[in-house]
Amino acid sequence: MGAPLPVIELLGVEKSFGAVDVLKGVDFAVEPGKVTALVGDNGAGKSTLIKGLAGIQPYDKGIVKFDGKEISIESPRLAASLGIEVVYQDLALCDNLDIVQNMFLGREEVYRGTLNESAMEKKASQTLAGLSVKTVKSVRQKVERLSGGQRQTVAIARAVLRDTKVVILDEPTAALGVAQTEQVLALVKRLADKGVAVIMISHNLVDVFAVADKIYVLYLGKMVAALDAKTTNQNDIVGYITGTKSAQMGNK
Amino acid sequence: MSTTNNTIGTGYEGNIREQISGYFLKVKSGDMGSLPAMIGLIVLAILFSIMSPVFLTSLNFANLFNQAAALIVMAMGLVFVLILAEIDLSAGVTAGVSAAMLVIGLNAQWHWTLAIAIAVASGVVIGYFIGIIVSKVGIPSFVVTLACFLAFQGLQLLIIGSGGLYRIESSEILAIQNSNLSIVQGWIFYLVSMLLLTYSGFAARRRRSRNGQPNRPITFLYVKIAVAGVLGLVLVAALNLERSSNKAFPIHGVPIVVPVVLALWVFCTFILDRTKFGRYVYALGGNPEAARRAGIQVNNVKIAVFTICSTLAAISGIISASRIGSVDASMGRTMVLSGIAAAVVGGVSLFGGKGRLSQAVIGGFVIAIIDNGLGLMGFNAGINLLITGGVLLLAASADAISRKRGNVVVR
Repeated sequence: MGAPLPVIELLGVEKSFGAVDVLKGVDFAVEPGKVTALVGDNGAGKSTLIKGLAGIQPYDKGIVKFDGKEISIESPRLAASLGIEVVYQDLALCDNLDIVQNMFLGREEVYRGTLNESAMEKKASQTLAGLSVKTVKSVRQKVERLSGGQRQTVAIARAVLRDTKVVILDEPTAALGVAQTEQVLALVKRLADKGVAVIMISHNLVDVFAVADKIYVLYLGKMVAALDAKTTNQNDIVGYITGTKSAQMGNK
Repeated sequence: MSTTNNTIGTGYEGNIREQISGYFLKVKSGDMGSLPAMIGLIVLAILFSIMSPVFLTSLNFANLFNQAAALIVMAMGLVFVLILAEIDLSAGVTAGVSAAMLVIGLNAQWHWTLAIAIAVASGVVIGYFIGIIVSKVGIPSFVVTLACFLAFQGLQLLIIGSGGLYRIESSEILAIQNSNLSIVQGWIFYLVSMLLLTYSGFAARRRRSRNGQPNRPITFLYVKIAVAGVLGLVLVAALNLERSSNKAFPIHGVPIVVPVVLALWVFCTFILDRTKFGRYVYALGGNPEAARRAGIQVNNVKIAVFTICSTLAAISGIISASRIGSVDASMGRTMVLSGIAAAVVGGVSLFGGKGRLSQAVIGGFVIAIIDNGLGLMGFNAGINLLITGGVLLLAASADAISRKRGNVVVR
């Protein structure tokens, strides 16, 4: 059973802001159908790494491979056209619009110059159904009437509406209660089961161990660990995050 | 062929009773739309009919449309701006400047269509200018349009001259507010409107079923067509009654301004509800950051919205000039506040993201009916303003309270 080809592979990626080196030669790989967790303390460089993948702040140096081909992700538009979608922590949904309108915002389907509402409605329902979402009563509900978990669901469904290969989730459970966290984590798993490569940034190691197949740890701009979730434990990860355990990337 | 293969609804399912109870649930949770204004309008109409013998005459009925027309068009423009949670305090003076341009054109012996084009174009230019300043320079629209409010009064003075007053001689311009469709034209107007309403209702259903999406019970469409049909019938019939006391000068028929305003309303509603641009306007009003991240050209949408608002203000200026029959240097100055009041009374939220043009129409009628009814009963302007202010405060409170209630999560 050979390891599947990574969708995204970063080799020796560097990024600095003025005199501050935020990423100091980072290696990272994301496989399709797997949940890859990215953990690290505040300031470790997680956001910078993600912004590079999303095309918001391209890296200064290093190799970026997408589907095995070397490319450079220079704009959010290019990232989107490759099938990379980011779900930010603040979700950025319009409260006054309904679920369908939010899912299709900025990429509405048009028929003879007018919005093709029923086609969008159908696709939105199918996408949510495909993710086995059962907590949403109607796709025509206004988002302001939804709970935190339901909002997260809408944001994730929006990300996978099109042919999405990589979904980056920024702290998807940070603002949620216990039951809703469970719903969202189940959704994350289903996403991976559908063959999507999921990158999950989280501070919550319980959540990480609940869904992640692989765990990467960033520490002060360096990738200090890339571990199989099955063969490691929370203590080890905490050690890497806080710097009490040292780098051992070589053992991969 | 295809069916909705899941448990997630669309809000279109269910029989008549389920749909109605769903609507009441929506109203209860604070999403009342124009319902309060509608009830207010009916209550006011009943009240004034009882208290004034003149109110329910066909002459006054037609007069009400003439009185409300300019206000409604201005309020419709302001709805666009209010949806973005912005404001345009200069819409009134924009109407004044445009009306001034209109008389300049007419006095220069231009064809009336060209004069109207120049007046509308000056609205476009003003709106574009405001939009650029608000979006590119980043000054709050309150300040920009306050500055415009002051500066354009100066512009009006310069165009018209202080104390100046230009009479409008063009019979075509005067006809907008002072002439009526013939009785036959009135009924043709009615039939065409009903045909369009019926066609669009069935076309929408056909489109949904073609995509395999459920439709509401067809009874709702029938009821909608029947209600609109009866209301339209009463309206046209009432306006077709003879309303002149002098037999030598018969006055009857639907005022020309009615189809004009109706067409503007239908067109702008189409833009807001059925186009990408309209969707972006609501998105920007709801969450600018989400709109930006979704790839929407936020600045362009803003510029377009201010342009639309000022353009409608310019049209409102032409309609008012037609009613008054003259243009002076202070025209439109106070109208913007009535326009904002009309929109808010109709149920448009000042917090942005919510508002429909039909609400501006209903709100405009509420403001106009208060003005009209109190005037008929011989109250002076002081009482009129006090009551209008009270109604506005009431409507704004309803908006704020429903907003609070709307924040409660219903699962």
